[in-house]
Amino acid sequence: MKIKENIAVSGSGFLFDSGTGDSYNLNELGQVIIKLLQENKTEEEIQSIILQDYQVEPEVLSNAYYDFIGMLRQHNLLANEN
Amino acid sequence: MRTKLTIAVTGLNNTDNPGPGIPVIRGIRESKDFDVRIIGLAYENLEPGIYMDDMVDKTYQIPYPTAGTDEILQRIEYIQAKENIDVLIPNFDAELFSFMKVQDRLLEMGIHTFLPETEQFEERHKRVLPQFGEKYGIQVPRSINITTINDIYQIKYQFKYPVLVKGQFYDAYIAYSEEQVQTHFSKISAKWGFPIIIQEFVQGTEVNVVALGDGEGNTIGAVPMRKQYITDKGKAWGGITIQDKKMMDITHQLISKTKWKGGMELEMIKTKDEEYYLIEINPRIPAWVYLAVGAGQNIPEALVKLALGEKVKPMTEYKPGTMFIRYSFDLIGNIQQFEQISMTGELDKKEINNIHNINQ
Repeated sequence: MKIKENIAVSGSGFLFDSGTGDSYNLNELGQVIIKLLQENKTEEEIQSIILQDYQVEPEVLSNAYYDFIGMLRQHNLLANEN
Repeated sequence: MRTKLTIAVTGLNNTDNPGPGIPVIRGIRESKDFDVRIIGLAYENLEPGIYMDDMVDKTYQIPYPTAGTDEILQRIEYIQAKENIDVLIPNFDAELFSFMKVQDRLLEMGIHTFLPETEQFEERHKRVLPQFGEKYGIQVPRSINITTINDIYQIKYQFKYPVLVKGQFYDAYIAYSEEQVQTHFSKISAKWGFPIIIQEFVQGTEVNVVALGDGEGNTIGAVPMRKQYITDKGKAWGGITIQDKKMMDITHQLISKTKWKGGMELEMIKTKDEEYYLIEINPRIPAWVYLAVGAGQNIPEALVKLALGEKVKPMTEYKPGTMFIRYSFDLIGNIQQFEQISMTGELDKKEINNIHNINQ
C-alpha cells in the first residue's frame, strides 16, 4: 500500500494533496502512519513499530489502523492499488 | 530598459461577479519589461476599477456592444487621438465578437489586439460543445438545445435527472425535475435568449485552467486551479493551484489542435474515476488570472507581448499550492468623481487626486 506521490505532509501534520488541492489535519498517529507508508513499510511493520512506541493493545491499534486506511482510501489519497 | 506602453483594458467591474480587468492590469503592472499607462474602458459609471487610481490612469466610457461596431469604432477613434493606445485587451464574453470584427480597423489606428479567430470563437460555444468535443477528441457531457417550453417534456427520454440548464452566454442551474427546468428555462431565456442548453449532469469536482495560446498551436502558459470557495453566483472567491498532468495534457492538446489564439479558460469536471469532461471554454482571460501570476506565470504580460508581435517562450513551470482569496474593500470617493465620469464619460487619475485635494 502506498500514499499518492503528490502528497506533502508538514511537521505540524498538515497534509496537502497537490493533485486535488485538498488539505487535511492529521493527528500524531496519523502522521506516523503516513510517514511509514511513505517509507514503503508493510502493514505488519507499521503496526509493530507503533506497538513498540505507544502503549496500545494490538487489537485496538489494528482497528484504528484499518479505520485510518479506510479514510485515506475514501479521500483518494492512496496510490493505485490495482 | 522598460518599454513605454499604453494599454486599454475593459472589465473594470471588480464586483462579486468580477470582470478580469483589474487582475489583468495587476499582472501587466508587475511586468519588469513594461512601463505602462493604463486606460480603462468602462460600460457603467460605477465599475469599481474606474475609481482605483493605483490601477487605472484614465477611464473612458464606451458604448455597449449592442450599439453596433460603428459606434464603438467612433468612440475608440476619439480615445486613440488622445491616448495613442498600443494594445487593447477586451475581457467580456459579450464584447469579444465586436472587437474581433473591428480588429483590423483597430490595427490601422495602431491598436494591437490578440483575439481568437472567428471560427475558434464560434465552434466553442456552449450550444455546439458536443460537436467541438467530437471534432477535437475531447470528452464533453451530452447536451441538447431547446427553444420552446414544449421541448422540456422530451428531456426525460434522453437524460437522467438532475440535468444542468444553461444560458448560451451565462447562467447555469441544476434541475431535479421538469418543473425546475421550466422555472430555469423562463428565467434564463428572459435574460440571455435562446437556445437553452440542457446538459448531462456529471458528478465530480470542477477544475479550471487559465491558458494562453499563440495561434500557432503552442501553449504559452497554463495554470490549473480548483475553486475552494464559491459565491452564490458560482464565482471563485478562493482557489488553489493544483498539479494535474492529465488536465494539462488536455489543455496542450486542445490548444495544439485548435491553434487557439489568445487567452482562455477551460472549465472541466473531474470524476471520481479521474475522467475529465470539458464543460465550457471561455474565450478570454478569467477573473482569477492573478493566481497564475502569483504562481509564476504572468499570462497578461505574455498576452501583451504576443499582441505586439513578439515571440514568447512558453512558460512551463508554476507553483502548485498557490492560493488566492478575494476580499471586498470600500473605496471612498466623492460625488465630483461620479459627476466627471457621468457627465463627460471620462475620469482621469489626476482629476481624482485634484478632487480629493480640493475636499481636504
